[in-house]
Amino acid sequence: MSSPLTDSVPASPIRGARLLEIIRQPLLGPLAALVIAVIVFSFISDNFLSTANLSLLLQQSVVIGILAVGQTLIILTGGIDLSIGAVAILGTLVMAKIGAIHGPWVGLAAAAGVCILAGLLNGALVAVLGLPPFIVTLGTFTVFFAATQLYAGSQTYAAIDGLQTFLGDSFKIGTFTVTYGILAMFVVYLLVWYMLKQTATGQHIYAVGGNPGAAQLVGIKTKKTLLYVYGIAGLIAAVAAWAAMGRIPVADPNAFQQANLETITAVVIGGTSLFGGRGSVFGTLFGMLIVSVLRSGLTAAGVDALYQNIATGVLVIAAVALDTLARRRSS
Amino acid sequence: MKKFSKFLGVVSVGTLAITLAACGSNGGAEAGNNSASSDAATPVKIGLVTKTDTNPFFVKLREAAKEAAAEEGAEVVALAGKFDGDNEGQVAAIENLVAQGVKGILITPNSSTGILSAIKKARDSGVVVVALDTATEPADAVDATFATDNLKAGVLQGTWVKATLGSKAPSLIMLDGTPGGTVDTFRHDGFLEGMGLAEGAPEISGQENTNGDQTKAQTAMENLLQRVPNANSLYTINEPAAAGAYQAIKAAGKQDQITIGSIDGSCTGVDNVKKGIIGATVMQFPGTMAAEGVKSVVEYAKSGTKPTGFTDTGTVIITDTPVSGVDSKDTAWGLENCWG
Repeated sequence: MSSPLTDSVPASPIRGARLLEIIRQPLLGPLAALVIAVIVFSFISDNFLSTANLSLLLQQSVVIGILAVGQTLIILTGGIDLSIGAVAILGTLVMAKIGAIHGPWVGLAAAAGVCILAGLLNGALVAVLGLPPFIVTLGTFTVFFAATQLYAGSQTYAAIDGLQTFLGDSFKIGTFTVTYGILAMFVVYLLVWYMLKQTATGQHIYAVGGNPGAAQLVGIKTKKTLLYVYGIAGLIAAVAAWAAMGRIPVADPNAFQQANLETITAVVIGGTSLFGGRGSVFGTLFGMLIVSVLRSGLTAAGVDALYQNIATGVLVIAAVALDTLARRRSS
Repeated sequence: MKKFSKFLGVVSVGTLAITLAACGSNGGAEAGNNSASSDAATPVKIGLVTKTDTNPFFVKLREAAKEAAAEEGAEVVALAGKFDGDNEGQVAAIENLVAQGVKGILITPNSSTGILSAIKKARDSGVVVVALDTATEPADAVDATFATDNLKAGVLQGTWVKATLGSKAPSLIMLDGTPGGTVDTFRHDGFLEGMGLAEGAPEISGQENTNGDQTKAQTAMENLLQRVPNANSLYTINEPAAAGAYQAIKAAGKQDQITIGSIDGSCTGVDNVKKGIIGATVMQFPGTMAAEGVKSVVEYAKSGTKPTGFTDTGTVIITDTPVSGVDSKDTAWGLENCWG
């Protein structure tokens, strides 16, 4: 970080402040949309703002919400990960099967190991061989999905231990049910937010995504940064796998088939640029909550699920259109 | 940047406004229906959770449930998983329905095990849960089940195919659904029972999984016909699989050589029987499943009596070439009653 960087990648404290501003600005749109949606739905449906309903909304967001953090990191580097859901599902099966034989802690560690390895495989193909992330993860998605089916023998495996389902356990604050999964989700967001904002690695991730050539010129080890990001995304997928076992105490090789797309939806609505280099994890959190609130609210209002899909799709396109407009204006 | 974020806000609000406008008109229409058809002050709320939104079988189930509910002065909230195997989606649907205060939930369970804890929670909070179309494992995880007896359906299908072959020794091809699926296993086993064959018998010349998908079935049949050119009988898991297989059989010019038996009873399927594409199909009655399910929840709301046990909603074999010893109806009857 000693070399002078390009305009979008600050090195000095003053430029750091400017970076913060850039990261914060795109948060306003998604946050405003979220607040408005919550207010509107609270008028439409009596029990929308009930603590029970809000708790459900969070509980149902946990798995995708955690996975979306990994997706955000990868998209910040200008990549995309189409395999992230398949990695998490592989994680649940390793957790259940190994856990059944060698005990739950070993199962958990094995799942984390397998997910990190899967992430590093993606990272190596992207960083070392220089292959396009879209193609790499499309290929590994197919590989991971088939491997999971083979490993599971097309069967489901029930969780057999309290540790495996720990993130589904809950306690109450008043009438609000808090699962440990919800806490885990917020912890993951906070940790990654801190990493992106306060550490050199975080700055490197923005730099690599914003302009990989320039980042390399100023001495950032772009390959190492990419490997790191994909590896962390793998670890985050393992946490999501753990949360998934808490939600539904069964490892099912057919589950979460649309998780990849749902994480990308959350990231894009959250204002992170698909072109890399601009965005934030809290944007993703808001993006995901917007989709959840929209679904929950429209369901309560009796709107057909297919209309909800249309609404979500329109939001995604609007968000990308805004991002593209912003890029054009700034260039 | 300031201008940009302002723009972002405006567009976000605009999008939401459009969505809400759409939802407002929809909700209004539904409220109108209810007040027209019901005298009760607060209609009984019933949740319906299907495997997907788009499979015609589940669309029929939903329509029939809404119709029955309108007659009973009840209201149906229909939710679904996003794809076959979406346990998370079904669990979320159950949770949301309980939060909305439904009296009962009708569900076609995706996985017989994956959603049991959500069902248990719902039942513990006083909601009656009824399985439609597919039983849970164990069956008493729900209060009651209204479904096709799929083993019996398979036996009917197999008996008809065997009778049609007459004295010819069977050379059978089996186009199955999904390995390990409850319904798939029952139908497969029932068919072999009806044919009088044991699992693994030498008369079974070929077997392939199709997931009940027409395109996959066509590919599978094309390949199997290369290996088993003298096949004379075919089991299909459902009517789309039968239609796909027929494409392959027709391309090979073997329409007169192979007898096709199927299961489902959709109007398209019956029409295919009429056209001679499928020899016979076993009709199920999703309309009855949904109507009976709705009635049982309304009854529970009125009297507190919960439905129990397994109710077979019936199976009828539809064919225009009846055989002696197998009770069947013709396609004219079939088209009147398809998926009733």
